Amino acid sequence: MIYLDNSATTKPHIEVLKTYQTVASEYFANPSSIHRLGGEVEKLINKAKEQVASILKVKSSEVFFTSGGTESNNLAIKGIAYRYQNRGKHIITTQIEHPSVLEVCKFLEANGFKVTYLPVNEHGEISLQDLEKALTNETILVTIMHVNNEIGTVQPISDIADMLIQYPKTFFHIDHVQGFGKLPLPYDHKGIDSVTISGHKIHGLKGTGCLIKKESVSLAPLFHGGQQEQGNRPGTENVAGAVSLAKAARLAKESQTNYDQLYRYQANLREVLEQYDQVTINSPKHGAAHILNFSVKGFKPEVLIHAFMDEGIVVSTKSACSSKQNEPSHVLLACGIDQSDASSAVRVSMNLDQKAEDIESFLQTFNNIIRQYENVMG
Amino acid sequence: MIYDHVLIRYGELALKGKNQKFFINKLRSNVQKALSDFPNLSIKGKRDHMYILLNGQDYEEIIERCKDIFGIQSFSLAIKVENDEEKIKEAVLEAILLEEGKTFKITAKRPNKNFPIPSQQMNQVLGGHILRNTEGWTVNVHNPDVEIRVEIRHDATYITSKKIPGKGGLPVGSTGKSLLLLSGGIDSPVAGYLTMKRGVQLEAIHFHSPPFTSDRARQKVEDLAQTLTKFGGEIKLHLIPFTDIQQKIFQNAPENYGMTIMRRVMLRISEQVARQREILSITTGESLGQVASQTMESMHAINEVTNYPIIRPLVAMDKVDIINISKQINTYDISIRPYEDCCTIFVPKAPKTRPRREKVNQFEAPIDFTDEIEKAINDMETVTFKSSKQNQGDIYDELF
Ligand SMILES: Cc1ncc(COP(=O)(O)O)c(C=O)c1O
Repeated sequence: MIYLDNSATTKPHIEVLKTYQTVASEYFANPSSIHRLGGEVEKLINKAKEQVASILKVKSSEVFFTSGGTESNNLAIKGIAYRYQNRGKHIITTQIEHPSVLEVCKFLEANGFKVTYLPVNEHGEISLQDLEKALTNETILVTIMHVNNEIGTVQPISDIADMLIQYPKTFFHIDHVQGFGKLPLPYDHKGIDSVTISGHKIHGLKGTGCLIKKESVSLAPLFHGGQQEQGNRPGTENVAGAVSLAKAARLAKESQTNYDQLYRYQANLREVLEQYDQVTINSPKHGAAHILNFSVKGFKPEVLIHAFMDEGIVVSTKSACSSKQNEPSHVLLACGIDQSDASSAVRVSMNLDQKAEDIESFLQTFNNIIRQYENVMG
Repeated sequence: MIYDHVLIRYGELALKGKNQKFFINKLRSNVQKALSDFPNLSIKGKRDHMYILLNGQDYEEIIERCKDIFGIQSFSLAIKVENDEEKIKEAVLEAILLEEGKTFKITAKRPNKNFPIPSQQMNQVLGGHILRNTEGWTVNVHNPDVEIRVEIRHDATYITSKKIPGKGGLPVGSTGKSLLLLSGGIDSPVAGYLTMKRGVQLEAIHFHSPPFTSDRARQKVEDLAQTLTKFGGEIKLHLIPFTDIQQKIFQNAPENYGMTIMRRVMLRISEQVARQREILSITTGESLGQVASQTMESMHAINEVTNYPIIRPLVAMDKVDIINISKQINTYDISIRPYEDCCTIFVPKAPKTRPRREKVNQFEAPIDFTDEIEKAINDMETVTFKSSKQNQGDIYDELF
């Protein structure tokens, strides 16, 4: 099997699974218990924080373990909105966010907040001028994703952060789920207040993730309960999950050097795919290397997906979270791609250990499928 | 060619006359220990500066660690070239290409007067070379984005840009050893840190009273000791079982003098441990006027039992400043963990804030602690903490 759906989720690393198993079976005590067993477990969770913090060059007191990307985004956005609503009720985001940001913003909109959804150009990029124009005295939060999960657009996060330093009342949250371990982000930048990371996108486990929350910002918690995670995320800690995340993060960071080769794979994919008249590449030229999104005229995407699956190759449509709906992608529409292409997009997403042969097989299979069905479909 | 050196500048060290060589060797060995997990480096200590040859090693982590080594006034990434005009020009150009900004300034110094071109003229030669070979850079001598320093020394020329401030102070181990009374609180780790800053190598002593104090309280102290190794290398932590003594005090002394007597016994034990280990002073986190035991009267009554010097680096500091330091050195979050240490159990409801020496002596006289003190010292347990990077083989390591 050739797995090319790594932006939906990744295969857990065997080392990460081992860590999870050992911690879950041997270090099961509650870290809040005052006996020695509790102490050992607390040490593990602290060490997990330190490791994540040292990878990201933040303080370990700024790392909060959560159940993943969706929770981290919810915690940051609602947490800031409700904590600082007295300062203002305006939030700025983009039209191409993941549902775990967009839907939160819509929810807040229904509950008395005002939200600006910044438009994007044909590459999926926002403009700094638009952002600057949208900022008002009431703006308490700007939430923008680093790497888009459908097409791989990379937003100019450093420039945005530089600009937001001049707006001390406005916090800046980043959905870094698709960027972590792949593209650098200046985590210690003063203009950045919180960052979402998800475990299962970096060969960690589902249900693991973290929110980096700087000391500069405080949150209203989503849950109320005990004092775990400084009260920001009550509930007995998922220690095995936290330690496994720390390990996944280290492994991801160590293989980040492999990322450069994905640019070559992407160039190869583009070069070959562009030769087909039916194919439109939807991903921007200067986007992330690991994601390539394209549409094939005359082919329903699910037909392609199933045909590939029959050949042992796994690719997907849009993002996993919305692929069940038969609607055009909101991301592609926002980029100005027409209704029909926006409804028929296929996404190839690679991991850091992808082999050149995988890409060759994919292209060969693509050719076979097109030749086999073009008459029927055309 | 990119940066191939870290150039380290001494502060006070450079002034230390006859002992200078000793101080420099100490610093060199501390730097070597702090970076021992980078086998490629070579470290050279000269009379006026030290340098670390990177030999291809990434410098980011090295910079972070140098920020925590006492005795370093400032340091910079550097390129080392021969004392040759053309070579220097080439290196200066490479250095500016690594920088971001629009304006620059060259500051050339020429301690080596054998070099034929005077500094002023060198500034012009090098500035001109950059202007001719780059785009977008202009000179600004008053407020440049980037300052490139060129130091033409006897052995070679060093080209550096950003000057990164070090922690200052003196190399740990250069001024002797002290025994730190380490409780689980906020103050004592800060006191230890400031003492290390003056070149002192620490050992630490902690009193615990199981089962009245928990494993978690002990863990806290061990974590504090571990955290302090970042600044001073190895730290030995001596754990004194204190249960019997505390019970004896509780049973035999008037309640309001219990705390004073307890502190005096701690100090007696500390002095004995210090003597055994040839340590010449004791360090505490006491500050004036914070809590009951830290009044002038209390200090006077407690200090009576030893004539060892007691170093109290916090005595003149405000609590907020102490807390700020503890946050900077990452001991704060450990110190605020809510586990009781032996100083917070058996606390009388109304401790004497103004104890008097005559009274303490009178209350203490009938209580004989000799056997208990001897036993406590015999049963002392010593744990050695090495700087965290060296603590390999941690049972948890494979999980991470
Ligand atoms: C950009 C982005 N943000 C957030 C998420 C949600 O993360 P999780 O699945 O860990 O809740 C995903 C993945 O689905 C994503 O791609």
